[in-house]
Amino acid sequence: MSISPYDSYRPPEEPHRKRRRRNRPAGGGAFRRGGGDGSREVAMVPEPEFTSYYGRPIVKAPPWDSKIATYLFLGGLSGGSAILALGGCLTGRSAMRRNGRLAALTAAGLGGIALVADLGRPERFLHMMRTFKPTSPMSVGSWVLATFSTNAGVAAAVELDRMTGERLPLGPLRPVLHALELPTSVAAGLLGAPMATYTAILLSDTSVPTWHEMHGHLAFVFASSASLASGGLILLTTPTSETGPARFFAVAGVAGELVAMHVMKGEMDPVTVEPLEQGKPGEWLEWSERLSILGGLGALLGGRRRWVAAVSGAALMTSSALTRFGVFWAGKESVKDPKYTVIPQRNRLNKRRAAGITDDSITTGPQHPEG
Amino acid sequence: MSTDRMTPTSAFEDDTYWEHSHPRRGFFTDTSICIGCKACEVACKEWNRNPADSDYQILGSSYDNTGGLGADTWRHVAFIEQSHERIEEARESGRALVSLGMPRVGPPATSPAPSSGGCACGSATGADAAAAATASQGGACGSGACACGSTPDPVDADAAGPGCACSSQSTPGVTAPLGCGSGGGCGGGAGASSTRGTHGTDADDSPVLDTPDFRWLMSSDVCKHCTHAGCLDVCPTGALFRTEFGTVVVQEDICNGCGTCVAGCPFGVIERRNDGLVEPKTQRGAPPMPDTVKVPQDGIAQKCTLCYDRMKNDQTPACAQACPTTSIKYGERESMLETAQHRVTQLHEQGRTEARLYGANPRDGVGGTGSIFLLLDEPEVYGLPPDPRVPTADLPRMYKRAGAAVLGMLALGAVAFTAGDRA
Repeated sequence: MSISPYDSYRPPEEPHRKRRRRNRPAGGGAFRRGGGDGSREVAMVPEPEFTSYYGRPIVKAPPWDSKIATYLFLGGLSGGSAILALGGCLTGRSAMRRNGRLAALTAAGLGGIALVADLGRPERFLHMMRTFKPTSPMSVGSWVLATFSTNAGVAAAVELDRMTGERLPLGPLRPVLHALELPTSVAAGLLGAPMATYTAILLSDTSVPTWHEMHGHLAFVFASSASLASGGLILLTTPTSETGPARFFAVAGVAGELVAMHVMKGEMDPVTVEPLEQGKPGEWLEWSERLSILGGLGALLGGRRRWVAAVSGAALMTSSALTRFGVFWAGKESVKDPKYTVIPQRNRLNKRRAAGITDDSITTGPQHPEG
Repeated sequence: MSTDRMTPTSAFEDDTYWEHSHPRRGFFTDTSICIGCKACEVACKEWNRNPADSDYQILGSSYDNTGGLGADTWRHVAFIEQSHERIEEARESGRALVSLGMPRVGPPATSPAPSSGGCACGSATGADAAAAATASQGGACGSGACACGSTPDPVDADAAGPGCACSSQSTPGVTAPLGCGSGGGCGGGAGASSTRGTHGTDADDSPVLDTPDFRWLMSSDVCKHCTHAGCLDVCPTGALFRTEFGTVVVQEDICNGCGTCVAGCPFGVIERRNDGLVEPKTQRGAPPMPDTVKVPQDGIAQKCTLCYDRMKNDQTPACAQACPTTSIKYGERESMLETAQHRVTQLHEQGRTEARLYGANPRDGVGGTGSIFLLLDEPEVYGLPPDPRVPTADLPRMYKRAGAAVLGMLALGAVAFTAGDRA
């Protein structure tokens, strides 16, 4: 830009694109898309609708990785399993009850470990319990997880004790735990649904563009995904004589997820849907849809054959995991390109202005009426 | 997708359940007199003992090699280089803000003369003159030689060296008396300002600036200390709290690093610190501590505290104190707002319609910010969101939808074990 005698000391400039790429923050290359990978970030080339500061992100992604995506899946799986375990308990399906309870505790336990491991200060995980804040989905979720796990844990302990012929070293606690079997089973079943869906609020209540744009419908997607995953788990693990309700649960979950996902994408700002359809997250969500349809059809048509039920169940569980990973990483991707932040905000601002609402912009000219 | 009107906000105290008698404090960052010296960045880093962000690197973004706000950077100076077209666009978009049903101030909306340009510095107030004088004493341009173009000749403007775009606004034929050499310091604008006012415009009221083809925008970004703070709302541990000064601060010993606040902030300010050893604040003034004694502060969320420790002792935050041009002003939020509104009106009267305020509106998506900015272009040019909205504004709707999903899932379970039984 400038000409000075000192310019001769400068090293020759590299081509602009290369330099920018090298300086991209680490981790930026995981799911690089053609076109949407930030190559637009050459400075001072204003696009008609979208400008940015050297293509740098505006909002920040939370420092969460696949451990949290795994938890999204496990939380849904354990919540749904607790519901099926309660049903099995109430209708006398002992294998379904047993498998559901064990799955609920195992999944919640593993999920809890993943959550703690993802903290910046894992040793302070109990600080989650020092307050209850309804404005914080993470706080509400921590309490849901803690309460759910306690109840699911008691129910599963009783189940384990029964399986081992009352050989667990429970001592005087045995009669107490056995007396609590039904209440804890009911509590875990009822809390299973919030357990499976609160993570939708956790993601939506952020400034991550794609996650926030999903806020009207993500809870339905996650509840459906949890239903099909836990239905799939029971199909995989339980004799077909008992799995009738699980088949229904799973098939309804598949239908619900297909509808909810479709409606959700339709309601979002079109540009924020892109990360759901591009790159690795896009592939995962595509496969998730295929597998859920396959698994759903398998459960519906061939669910009385043991091997078909098992294959369908595995497909459904995989589908649910892929849904959670796809949604999670699509959101993380949507942070990297500022267009996903700027364009929806510009769109809604322009819409409000077109509707005659001009007093709620963060940018104001001189002599605002409020002044 | 929310096109519906945001809830009109009531008073700050009601919104935030703030029970203190102290007046709310805040910044007003006037980017029109920022010279890009980065003294604020350095002062912030030193006072708060924030670790280095990374190894030294050239980011290829004008003189900004800091990148952005983060766990270790609580003040960030943005540098934007703009051509003639962008200056015109900014002037138009700023003018459009005036016509949005608000009282008209400033010049008639004729299209400005093509020769007019923008200038990132050197406007015509007495305060600015003093500020620029301060700058010249301090030699504050930290990022290089500071040669302010002071003639309307575009060749000379191009020859202006790196580091500072503090161009004095001079009319043709009036040369600013204070050009500055390459030795540092920045004095443009001081002399010119006395000759200007309404005279510094040409026939159609457009300001005539000495760099019609190019301008540098410099802006020191900082935590906004929002009225509706997303980070504060979503913090599950209560580590983030609102201080008696109305600011939002992280308690280092409570935060467990869950990272929810990082995603909750609509401005991308707060971040989880990955590494870095930090000397305890209680050791200030003592000889440096060995690494083994330093407190590891990795793994917790960090952001600007508006120098809470200094405020408690009636001190000005480090960045505002270090700012040589008074571009960063600090005080009671109400008086900051007044100053900001006075300043933007003044700039519009001078024909600089690209000026606009950011965060001064209590009806915006975050209820107004504690840190108000005067910008010379659209917010996204500076890396600021154009229509930020605290995510928790949609939380009631999310809870309703999730409640419906929960009931639906339980109902599905009930149906599965009754009707589905026969399947």
